[in-house]
Amino acid sequence: MIDLLGFGGRGWGLQLLQGMGMTLLVAVSAYLWGLLLGGAAAALKLSGHRGGRVAADVYTTIVRGVPSLLVIYLLFFGGNSAATWVVSLLGFNGPVELSALPVGILAVGTVSGAYSAEVLRGGALAVPHGQVEAAKALGMNRWLTFRRVMLPQVLRYALPGLGNVWQLTLKDTSLVSVVALVELMRVAYLAQGATRQPFLFFTTAGVLYLGMAGLSGRLFARAELWAGRGVRRAAR
Amino acid sequence: MNASLLSTLVAALPRFAAGASLTVQLVTLSLLVGLVLATVVAVMRLSHLPPLRWLARGYIHVFRSTPLLVQIFLIYYGLGQFDAVRQSVLWPLLREPYWCAIIAFTLNTGAYTAEIMRGGIEAVPHGQIEAAKACGMNGSLLFRRIVLPQAFRLALPAYGNEIILMLQGSALASTITLMDLTGVAKDIASRTYQPIEAFCLAGAIYLGMSFLITRGVQLAERRLSPARR
Repeated sequence: MIDLLGFGGRGWGLQLLQGMGMTLLVAVSAYLWGLLLGGAAAALKLSGHRGGRVAADVYTTIVRGVPSLLVIYLLFFGGNSAATWVVSLLGFNGPVELSALPVGILAVGTVSGAYSAEVLRGGALAVPHGQVEAAKALGMNRWLTFRRVMLPQVLRYALPGLGNVWQLTLKDTSLVSVVALVELMRVAYLAQGATRQPFLFFTTAGVLYLGMAGLSGRLFARAELWAGRGVRRAAR
Repeated sequence: MNASLLSTLVAALPRFAAGASLTVQLVTLSLLVGLVLATVVAVMRLSHLPPLRWLARGYIHVFRSTPLLVQIFLIYYGLGQFDAVRQSVLWPLLREPYWCAIIAFTLNTGAYTAEIMRGGIEAVPHGQIEAAKACGMNGSLLFRRIVLPQAFRLALPAYGNEIILMLQGSALASTITLMDLTGVAKDIASRTYQPIEAFCLAGAIYLGMSFLITRGVQLAERRLSPARR
């Protein structure tokens, strides 16, 4: 049974590793896309612009109120039918199928962004307003204030929450397997179908997810220490 | 939106209603059993006996760090691999996707809720426990009458989030052939070639449910806080 997980003739070891690589690729890209989207949404929510605030609120409320699986289905199947329609306008016929990888990243990232937005907004609100005023009094412009005063502190306040969002995003990538992107979960599914060993392969997938979550959790703990350097902690 | 599309969606409404009712069923049952499980695990997690503590910690860690999809597939596909399971009295249950989904959801929400309950139990002011002891309460009576009711109240806001997350997680039931709200939407999307409309309608129903849950939890919070009654 163990040779099924190995790298030999019957082994699925290589495919599992490749699947894990794909999972990490989707997770990291989606997380970064989510940070970008979430940062923009957080900025809009905190801005004085009314329309922007409403748009950002609608985005986070809808995406956080609807299952991630549904968002993935909507972007994947809806995207296909929208692309087919656009292509038909250009005079081409036949169904169009979008590539699963970019759509998967877009879908998981859109979900991730809605959660990042709230975390980043909380982080920005935790920076005392007097500091922004002080920066202004020193003659810093908006960009410099953002880079030197806001960003380092928002990062420190938001990192624990951003770590949670990362774990959520990593687990959400498993849902992309339902649209046939060959990441870890999909490899496990294919392997169990071919070998009739579902327990073995899904347990293996679970252990690999545990490993990824554990290792990345460590990295985030490190990052928190780094972002909080020079800050006195409350006595425990 | 043209007329034929509108009539297709109207014709599909009863199926959406059936899907929504299955979703509600799955979520309610899993949450109820999960809450009992979580309370037991939270008490174990705070126990003075190391083995109990380790067991609770391991369970919480494993179920919180792996995707729900792995858990649901492991129970639905994985357990059937063993002859011992196939011949056991539990097989009629474990053969059904419905019960597999309930088991997976229960175990999953149990792990998350256990941490929420632990937070609630730890947040009960220590003076309350001293006062109860001074009144002559001990062990289970103290826990049942003083700690648990207050822990529930303190954990309620976080538990409201967990209810909504469970509602969203329940969409995974559609991956093991169940016709819950997401399953129905997917089926109708592929039959009618109108994926955008079908998924948006399902999304709107989920949003409505989330909204009702949020309001319900807010109401419960207000009723349960003695200061505002």
